Amino acid sequence: MFLFCADPAAIEGLTWLSCYLTTGKHMAFYLSFLVVLVLMALAAPAAMLFGFVGALACRSRVAPVRFLGQGYITMVRGIPDIAFFLFVPVALDQAFEFLRHKTFCSETTQPVWRGNEFLVCDAAKLPLGTSPQWVHEIYGFMLALLAFAIVFGAFAGNTLRGAMRAVPDAQLQAAAAFGMTRRQIFWRVHLPQMWVFALPGLSNLWMILVKATPLLFLLGVEDVVYWARELGGSKTSAHSYPHGDWRLWYFLGLLVFYLALTWLSEKFFTKLMARFSFGQATLGGSEAAS
Amino acid sequence: MTSCVDTIQDYGLRAIGIGERLLPKSDITLCEQFVLIGSGLLWNIYFGFIALLLGFWLATALALGKNSHLIWLRLPSNWFVFLFRGSPLFIQFFLAYEAFVLLPKVGIEFEIFGTVFAAETRWLTRAWLGALLVLFCNTAAYSAEIFYGALKSIPVGEIEAADSFGMSGTKKFTRIIWPTMLRLGWPSYTNEAIFLFHATALVFFSSFPAWRQKGDALYYASYLADKTFNPFIPYPILAGYFILVTVLIIWIFGCVNRRLNRHLPDSQRPKRPKFQFIR
Repeated sequence: MFLFCADPAAIEGLTWLSCYLTTGKHMAFYLSFLVVLVLMALAAPAAMLFGFVGALACRSRVAPVRFLGQGYITMVRGIPDIAFFLFVPVALDQAFEFLRHKTFCSETTQPVWRGNEFLVCDAAKLPLGTSPQWVHEIYGFMLALLAFAIVFGAFAGNTLRGAMRAVPDAQLQAAAAFGMTRRQIFWRVHLPQMWVFALPGLSNLWMILVKATPLLFLLGVEDVVYWARELGGSKTSAHSYPHGDWRLWYFLGLLVFYLALTWLSEKFFTKLMARFSFGQATLGGSEAAS
Repeated sequence: MTSCVDTIQDYGLRAIGIGERLLPKSDITLCEQFVLIGSGLLWNIYFGFIALLLGFWLATALALGKNSHLIWLRLPSNWFVFLFRGSPLFIQFFLAYEAFVLLPKVGIEFEIFGTVFAAETRWLTRAWLGALLVLFCNTAAYSAEIFYGALKSIPVGEIEAADSFGMSGTKKFTRIIWPTMLRLGWPSYTNEAIFLFHATALVFFSSFPAWRQKGDALYYASYLADKTFNPFIPYPILAGYFILVTVLIIWIFGCVNRRLNRHLPDSQRPKRPKFQFIR
């Protein structure tokens, strides 16, 4: 990075540190923080979408759809989320490859699960064996994202269902008295009033999402935890910047990063709640108005 | 072809090191999967039970500390709760493990009631103590926040009544404040217990090594999924086990909840605790 970094063995002190912290691998480490932020930015709306669909399914008039929705949003209660994170990417990967195997290689008659192996023909591989490295990385990230969306969608679905129930019945009856259709009542009266009830739960959910992002490491994505382990491990003099076991310091850095992130989020949601409750007929709303 | 009874004898207690040493490698039967994952569940129950049992007391102390008017009690409690609630458990595990590894290897001998115990710092790098310590601090912080919230919402009338009966200090605390705090915080505490139990599945996926392949339920489930290349059998088995234990936790905490609310007239009793899905 800097010119004086040409010979790392000759420098020491702060100069050494400034060179050490700007190596190519460290740049990848800093970039991985961005990966975490991107994951959060993408997973939150995706989870909201899953949750919204789940909550709607729970209110459906068709019994099978209702059961499906209820099953989906209650499953996270009994099963640890980490089990989903390990299961969903592998299961989805196999499901995709199996479907592609059925469509592209219908001539192969051998079963896909053979003993201790899962074999599909080359054309069905996802991503194709010939595709470059970045495609593999993006595909892995997408599977991880989908796993996050499914798990947090279930959480969000539960919050939204509770919020929909919390809207005062009189509001809906008033809308019906005006001759609105079911659809109109939902979109014009029910949904806009729901958010203030959903916000405490959703802000809580965001906190959990933030704290679940290091689990990306388990899904094979090169995230902050991966780089902290990689860079912190002791380096012999064969490396240009030899040092002892510094993993403790790297993880301390991650801890500070996450503490700052949750602290900032908390501040943000307090502000948002104050704004949302303005003018609402709740305790917080009357406090904000007076 | 071994029968399922043999498998139970071989692998039923595999997670704590009793029975067959080698894990099944090929031709893994359904029975083996059930038994192995079930034996791993022993670790989850161990971590969850001990951490909750010990964490409860620290949580009570922290909740009182947060509520204290003495700043040197309030600040440390607030910081402890912020530290463990604000950071991911996963990072806490990694950090604690790296810190424990760096500790000098010393043995401490101490005497309790005439019996000499030996403790080594090396034990902290093992999951059974190191991870337990992290889980203990974690659940104490989350529960402290719950109890603190409950403490703040104790009706003033109850405390005034206690005062007018001439109760003070310890008596007022053990008879009035503490039971009421528990009663009000119990539904949320049930929720926390379930989340803690789920969090125990993280232990062997952070740095803590599964010594001699003695791991928890998820460790075995992922081992079997890796070996058979078929995640559709071990993970649903794992899910079934976890749902069972979750139902058990809800039942046990429900019994305690009924006892805590037994003095209330029927109409004021919470009908069924409303479960939150979020910690």
